[in-house]
Amino acid sequence: MHKESDIRIPLILGDKSYRDITDDIIRPIESKAPKGWYILISIAGIFALWGVGCIVYLLGTGIGAWGLNKTVEWAWDITNFVWWVGIGHAGTLISAVLLLFRQKWRMAINRAAEAMTIFAVMMAGMFPLIHMGRLWVGYWVFPLPNQYGSMWVNFNSPLLWDVFAISTYFSVGLVFWYIGLIPDFATIRDRVTKPVAKKAYSILSFGWTGGAKAWNRFEVVSLVLAGLATPLVFSVHSIVSFDFATSVIPGWHTTIFPPYFVAGAVFSGFAMVQTLMLILRKAFKLEAYLHVKHVEYMNIVIMATGSIVGVAYITELFISWYSGVEYEAYAFLNRATGPYWWAYASMMTCNVLSPQLMWVKKLRTSLTFTFILAIIVNIGMWFERFVIIVTSIHRDYLPSAWSYFHPTWVDIGIYAGTIGIFTVLYLLFARYFPTMPIAELKTILKSSGQNFKEGFGNGAGYWEKHAHHGHDEHQAEIITEKPKTVEANIEEVVVEENLVEENTTEDQPDKLVFTKEEAEVAKNSLLERLGVGSADNKDDLKVINGVGPVLESKLNDMGIFTYLQVSKMTIEDYNVLDALTGSFPGRAERDDWAGQASKLNENK
Amino acid sequence: MADKVIYAMYDDDDTTKDAAQHFVDKGVHVSEVYSPFPIHGIDPIIGVEQSRLGIVAFMFGLTGLAVAMIGIRYMNIIDWPMNIGGKPNFDFFHNMPSFVPVMFEFTVLIAAHGMAFTYLLRNKTLPGMPARNPDPRTTDDRFVIELRLEDNHNFSVDDLLSMAKQTNIVELEEKTIK
Repeated sequence: MHKESDIRIPLILGDKSYRDITDDIIRPIESKAPKGWYILISIAGIFALWGVGCIVYLLGTGIGAWGLNKTVEWAWDITNFVWWVGIGHAGTLISAVLLLFRQKWRMAINRAAEAMTIFAVMMAGMFPLIHMGRLWVGYWVFPLPNQYGSMWVNFNSPLLWDVFAISTYFSVGLVFWYIGLIPDFATIRDRVTKPVAKKAYSILSFGWTGGAKAWNRFEVVSLVLAGLATPLVFSVHSIVSFDFATSVIPGWHTTIFPPYFVAGAVFSGFAMVQTLMLILRKAFKLEAYLHVKHVEYMNIVIMATGSIVGVAYITELFISWYSGVEYEAYAFLNRATGPYWWAYASMMTCNVLSPQLMWVKKLRTSLTFTFILAIIVNIGMWFERFVIIVTSIHRDYLPSAWSYFHPTWVDIGIYAGTIGIFTVLYLLFARYFPTMPIAELKTILKSSGQNFKEGFGNGAGYWEKHAHHGHDEHQAEIITEKPKTVEANIEEVVVEENLVEENTTEDQPDKLVFTKEEAEVAKNSLLERLGVGSADNKDDLKVINGVGPVLESKLNDMGIFTYLQVSKMTIEDYNVLDALTGSFPGRAERDDWAGQASKLNENK
Repeated sequence: MADKVIYAMYDDDDTTKDAAQHFVDKGVHVSEVYSPFPIHGIDPIIGVEQSRLGIVAFMFGLTGLAVAMIGIRYMNIIDWPMNIGGKPNFDFFHNMPSFVPVMFEFTVLIAAHGMAFTYLLRNKTLPGMPARNPDPRTTDDRFVIELRLEDNHNFSVDDLLSMAKQTNIVELEEKTIK
């Protein structure tokens, strides 16, 4: 166990135990959904249906239903595609790149960000598919043997690279997300009581056991997947930018595109994570796990990537002039001062100026400001793609063909529809899936929980007691032990045994030991005090926290069957019980069986 | 053959690690440790070796790269060569730079999926498999050390039970399995 520096602000606030982490994160799944959830999902559902309706209308009518024309043959469709793919970049960046850099704060957001990534990429993929016109032959983009003889896809084409990049990104992202989810699904499986939920989570959890070897493999797989996903994240948006950069359209064929698109993608992705997580943490009361420090870290990423994007914009402008290519120079002049000046101005304001406000500590630690700015960045990044795509092509080489793009209601409907579908999927995720990695959060509780760092509650005196868990000291122990003779080792073990015994007796000074007759007497007097129960009106004692199936049967053997009996137990009874059963020292008191049982008895 | 299993339950990861060390020091073989999250540092104590899934991923990656190269060469060079803007399409090597993106993506695709599938198979975790953890609480906040009698011929059940009682247990169970 590594101790984190005291200067660092704890990642988990308050007095949490392992059980608390499970409780807090599973609460939305176990309890009823709040009213707001139903309202939101209804609104999003209406948008989604409207979007699906528009898609069906478009497929029946033809791509002409969009506002595209002969000059502007790419507009909202590809803008939306690139926008969604960009948003889909934060999830894998957070879970892969931040994992490689051992940034533990990612654990508050990685699960939800990965879900966002997967849903965003699904939305993105929809646009090229619709744009193909014949959705039902969409599989032609893959190199499949076919009845047309030697007809193969063109591996030289950036559009085909895109097919491979997006589909690889989607499926690898899905696998990464799901492998992390398996242990958490197992946690839910072992807790829910409703039969349908139990069955569902038991299928989803794949029979996860949590054995030492399984966890060892889990960690290796997470690390290697992170290593594979890291270049993948960078490759995907680079390849998306190749769609433009490999063309010969002024304003598109610039070598700066790959890094600039990747930075922009991370920028917009983090902005979307902020937008969603600020709502989620509030709605599900997860403020202890995702607090101002996490938000500040994300804001710093937004500021850094926003600055990279700003530098890229200015570099583009400079190079267009410096290149001496008049077409190139005109494309950029036209962007800034032509008919689309308003889009360019919005892009510059939202993406270049607004993130610079994050230099002010007061602003980047303000949740309200962050939320507003995140939305501004989302809008700005949509405009960036719109500016790049539409302003570069709306004035081509023949002035008679110059044109202006007007979106139709189908354009708007499909875009709004994807936001609706995305929101529906996200709300379902938030309701039925663990929104934070339960198992991973438990691994940082001791090193970065407030109670353990400041030594109160569950963490009181932990570091004093467990100082010997320091890695180096462990190593030293092993080294010094080795040269000793066997006899010395045995002696040491004996000493250790005594120590352990001493400890346990210290903990329970009034530990009882019975002979056989005494045990019978004690058992009878115990039953007298608790009242007699019978197997007929038996309660399910396993519900009491701390009672397993074996213990239940032992209690039953003794004549303890009901909550009522358990609720009457006092400390002395616990000790008698412990002495009688012999295998659960101090157990009953620790979990307060009586308190639990009296509650259960009331609710019976 | 019926076998006895002892499940010693703990409520803390460090305690579990100490207990595992206690058993191992006395020559007991710890069959398995169930925990709600990875306990760092327990693997060398109970003799679990580092997983070789990284090598598996590398092998799958090489396979993916080879398949991508062979496939692209067959489709775009041999079976259906395309002359686009006079760019070279006579042999794989000269055309390769524009094949790099697909080769890379396919390598990652096969490596990630191959490793993930191997991982699920090796862990015996597949859709619909039954849960095999001894107690439902081991996925929440309890840690269980499993001692099997067949792995520990030098000890009796009572030996193991009394040894377990010396550690800081919260529950102790004895089971007979077939």
